[in-house]
Amino acid sequence: MALMTVIEAVRSTLDEALAEDDRVFILGEDVEAGGVFRATEGLKARYGERIIDSPLSESSIIGVSIGAAHYGLRPIAEIQFADFIHAGFDQLCSEASRWSYRTRGDAWLPMVVRTPWGGGVHGGQHHSQSIEAFYSHMPGIKVVAPAFPADYRSLLKAAIADPNPVLFLEHKRTYRLIRQEMDGAPAETRIGRARITRRGNDLTIFAYGLMLHESLVAAETLSGEGIEATVVDLLTLNPIDHETILEAAKATGKVLIVHEDVLTGGLGGEIAAIIAEHAFEYLDAPIRRVAGPDIPAMPFHHAMEDFFMPNRDKIATAARELAAY
Amino acid sequence: MTATRTSRRARSQETIDEYLLSEQQLADMYYYMLLARRLNERMLALNRQGRAPFVIAGAGQEAAQVGAAMALKRGTDYLAPYYRDLGMMLVFGMTAREAMLNLLAKRDDWNSYGRQMPSHWGSPDRKIVTQSSVVTTQFVHAAGIALAAKMKKDPIVVLTCCGEGSTSRGDFHEALNWAAIHQLPVIFFVQNNGYAISERNEKAMPVKHVADRKRAYDMQGAVCDGMDGIAVYQTVRPAVDQARNGGGPHLIEAKCYRLWAHSSDDDDSRYRPKKELEEWAKKDPIKLFRDRVESDGIFPREELDEIEARVEEEIREAAQWALMQPDPAPEDALGFVYKEL
Amino acid sequence: MTIVKMPQLGESVTEGTIIQWFKQPGDAVKLDEPLCEIETEKVTAELPSEFEGTMGRILVPQGETVEVGVPLCEIEVAGAAATAPAAALPAAPATAAPARWSGGPMAIPPEEPPVVLPVAATAAVTSAAPVAAAPKSPRTNPEDRSRYYSPAVMRLATERGIDLSQVTGSGIGGRITRKDVEAFIPATPAAAPMAPAAAVGAAASGTGAAYQVVALSPTRKTIAEHLTRSNVEAPQAWTMVECDVTGLVARRTREKERFEQQEGFSLTLLPYFTAAVCETLRDYPMLNARWEGGELRHYTALNVAIAVATETGLVTPVVRDAGDLSVFGLAKRFDDLTRRAHARKLRIEDIDGGTFTVNNTGSFGSIASKPIVNVPQVAIVTMERAVKRPVVMANDAIAVRSMMNVCLSFDHRALDGFEAGGFLAALKRRLEAIE
Repeated sequence: MALMTVIEAVRSTLDEALAEDDRVFILGEDVEAGGVFRATEGLKARYGERIIDSPLSESSIIGVSIGAAHYGLRPIAEIQFADFIHAGFDQLCSEASRWSYRTRGDAWLPMVVRTPWGGGVHGGQHHSQSIEAFYSHMPGIKVVAPAFPADYRSLLKAAIADPNPVLFLEHKRTYRLIRQEMDGAPAETRIGRARITRRGNDLTIFAYGLMLHESLVAAETLSGEGIEATVVDLLTLNPIDHETILEAAKATGKVLIVHEDVLTGGLGGEIAAIIAEHAFEYLDAPIRRVAGPDIPAMPFHHAMEDFFMPNRDKIATAARELAAY
Repeated sequence: MTATRTSRRARSQETIDEYLLSEQQLADMYYYMLLARRLNERMLALNRQGRAPFVIAGAGQEAAQVGAAMALKRGTDYLAPYYRDLGMMLVFGMTAREAMLNLLAKRDDWNSYGRQMPSHWGSPDRKIVTQSSVVTTQFVHAAGIALAAKMKKDPIVVLTCCGEGSTSRGDFHEALNWAAIHQLPVIFFVQNNGYAISERNEKAMPVKHVADRKRAYDMQGAVCDGMDGIAVYQTVRPAVDQARNGGGPHLIEAKCYRLWAHSSDDDDSRYRPKKELEEWAKKDPIKLFRDRVESDGIFPREELDEIEARVEEEIREAAQWALMQPDPAPEDALGFVYKEL
Repeated sequence: MTIVKMPQLGESVTEGTIIQWFKQPGDAVKLDEPLCEIETEKVTAELPSEFEGTMGRILVPQGETVEVGVPLCEIEVAGAAATAPAAALPAAPATAAPARWSGGPMAIPPEEPPVVLPVAATAAVTSAAPVAAAPKSPRTNPEDRSRYYSPAVMRLATERGIDLSQVTGSGIGGRITRKDVEAFIPATPAAAPMAPAAAVGAAASGTGAAYQVVALSPTRKTIAEHLTRSNVEAPQAWTMVECDVTGLVARRTREKERFEQQEGFSLTLLPYFTAAVCETLRDYPMLNARWEGGELRHYTALNVAIAVATETGLVTPVVRDAGDLSVFGLAKRFDDLTRRAHARKLRIEDIDGGTFTVNNTGSFGSIASKPIVNVPQVAIVTMERAVKRPVVMANDAIAVRSMMNVCLSFDHRALDGFEAGGFLAALKRRLEAIE
């Protein structure tokens, strides 16, 4: 398998899923031509009618997926940019999330909604958003946001096999930026589990997506200064892995949570609450968050975009303060 | 339970040309319409007695519902109904007892086990798609089911319903668009009952008929008299047959009338002219049907009375039985958030 | 000369191929005139010149693929001094950042090469460095925080009976940190006896009460909860083999003296035994496992926990990658962990992540015992006391041999007697083969 980028990991996994199970099909905008990020490139030629260009209508992409999944197929919907998924909020949150709940499991929806998210790509307000908090607030939808190519493969496979709607978030900045040697790479195969990616005794950093990589780089810098950070890759944002969060928080008593999403109402608040509620006696410093500022969306100009985005330097600065506390 | 059991004489299964329905089917149609109406009446009585929390009824729409549902193949075709579709549910096999379990949100109601408000139908076993209170979302689900069936080359038809008020939602148009692009076997069945809660048609749509929308999607469609169950059947049945044979989707509008308030919590006297109601009540679908089959000499009066008596007895028994059934336990609120296989 | 670089052509693109050069060295170049054609994974496009002047050297030949940001050619900018890297465009404000708008509006800036993360980096477990000089607090003149105690500090101080007024804080404003408490050694060890004896409540008023309620120390509570969980959750089976360890005892006697001279502490049978356990576990990975979160995980790492009885209760520190250590290496790790366990100076990572437990019950003189599985691990083995006994040998002769029982408890959910028995038999063969 050798080296693989994130986009290659996604594409090869889709290819394998289509080959292995003829119930699997893909629908979304421009997917027949390969999609704007080339995630479905080459699949139309191989799988024909099972790759379906949709009208430009996010709500119906999700609604049609619900119907098809209910009928027993395994739709994988692509929403071209996460920023546009909110047109389908109703179908995801009023319908898909409670299909199993409102029928006590008589009916269920084995469907995946893939979508590229995140900033740092000069995407401005509507091609940069972090949407995870909206949907992680909805029990019944699983939300997955990997960072490494190997996890993209294993967790996308798990999402396709899952009998529940899974929102699979792909950080678009990392599509071709992150490469990984796949042979022997650790790969989480279960949705709902976080991974302690690095262990250190001074503080614990929680992150996901692009910010996980930035946190790991920051941790290496800090290591050179004698500060050792534990870094947790959250991987699944809903349902979130309480056990690993508490284990990692207790190990150091100093917690830094990093996300691109804006501060208020971001997942950091939930993680902080879990720790405050269940690991209070292990806390050795106030919990800190590095997050996007509370403005509606990421501004376009690169100077303002940089200002918005958390990065390795901002993470390292906060970590130093926390270690010194 | 169908009218067969209540009959003293064997009814012919042979299609009567004028009706496109057999004697047996006509008897069934009367039975289902009557059962739906009497159930709704009993439900409202239970509500007024403080024993049922909420009723949302289909009074005035029984002909539309029963006529359309009878055009489907039960056990094969899918139904994605909306909350007024008690009549359709009865055709698709729900019993009076089960309807009462649903009304009372009892533990064993298979629609939602007390987790949704009454009349939010759903049963995979009966091929009835679970629905929410958010109107018209089911139109898109119907398109998805039909797409999946088409991909699998299964010869099924999906019939989905809404009121005319719901046709203003994006879901309505998005579903029609999908179905038309992919020529999916879906019947979009709009029961135009004149009101979206208090809003009349003209507040909801600039076109005269919902079915006029078919042109925008290059789709087949029709308007039919929703107070006449036989006319509804005669409109929907050919559409179903066409759709099953690859003819694509249909948009059918049944003109009917909501004889009751929007729900047990609504006071329609605030917005509905009394005169209008009186006019429409003359066209009550159940009365209309009975008069027609009686005057055409299909059934003698006693036979129709007999069906009526049977329905009354069924409902009385069903309500008594259902009231004694167990409620869900408080902690039944938990579980099945995620399906585990 | 001004350098023209490979631009970012399209979102998330990292490299491009030169299809064709339109300009050759010496050609006049106008603003926005195409210099070359570039193909990327997403688009094929002409590269219009940002500069006006004369084409210089071509640095990337036709047909070659290079990463975004790599110099492609030179242009001598018209009117610019030959030596100065002049800007052809209207001068940007002095404060402006270097231009970052390469590519389309959605392009990813090429300010860094792709990050390639080897497996090792992603799986690396960085051991905690000794507390190096923490960087100076970024705040100046922080207020005195020496009496601010965090929940973690309060908890640890209570558990360990530490008087915080005696601890020097290394945190901001002199705050006492968790690590300060963990590293603290009381000045007067005699004052040690703490929690269990200290906190005693009377069960009944007056004298002559039938019993006293002993306040449970946190450690005691933890042990109670942990072992209860083990007994409730894990259906445990027990088995024992008898080993002739005469050779092992002789070997240890031979090596003991030199070791003690070199290392300053005594060499017990435990490291030999543990080394044999590790080697055997390699053939029986199903015992090197944890039953967690409803799934059975066979571990590749061999992290052996050893049971250490201390005054304040049982602890099970972990020797990581025990299989990689020699007998002497194991001895040193055991000594270190045991000392720190008694001094209550174990860190979280010292007790975390064990995959199998060895219990030296023989140290109490026991010759057979039934250990309780250290959940979520699936098996625990004991080393009982080696005692000299008359034994019937293979030729029916009776000889005096050093005999030792080895007992194993295992989680029957995770494995069966077949594997457990196999493991014990293999361990027995290993122990008896030592000369």
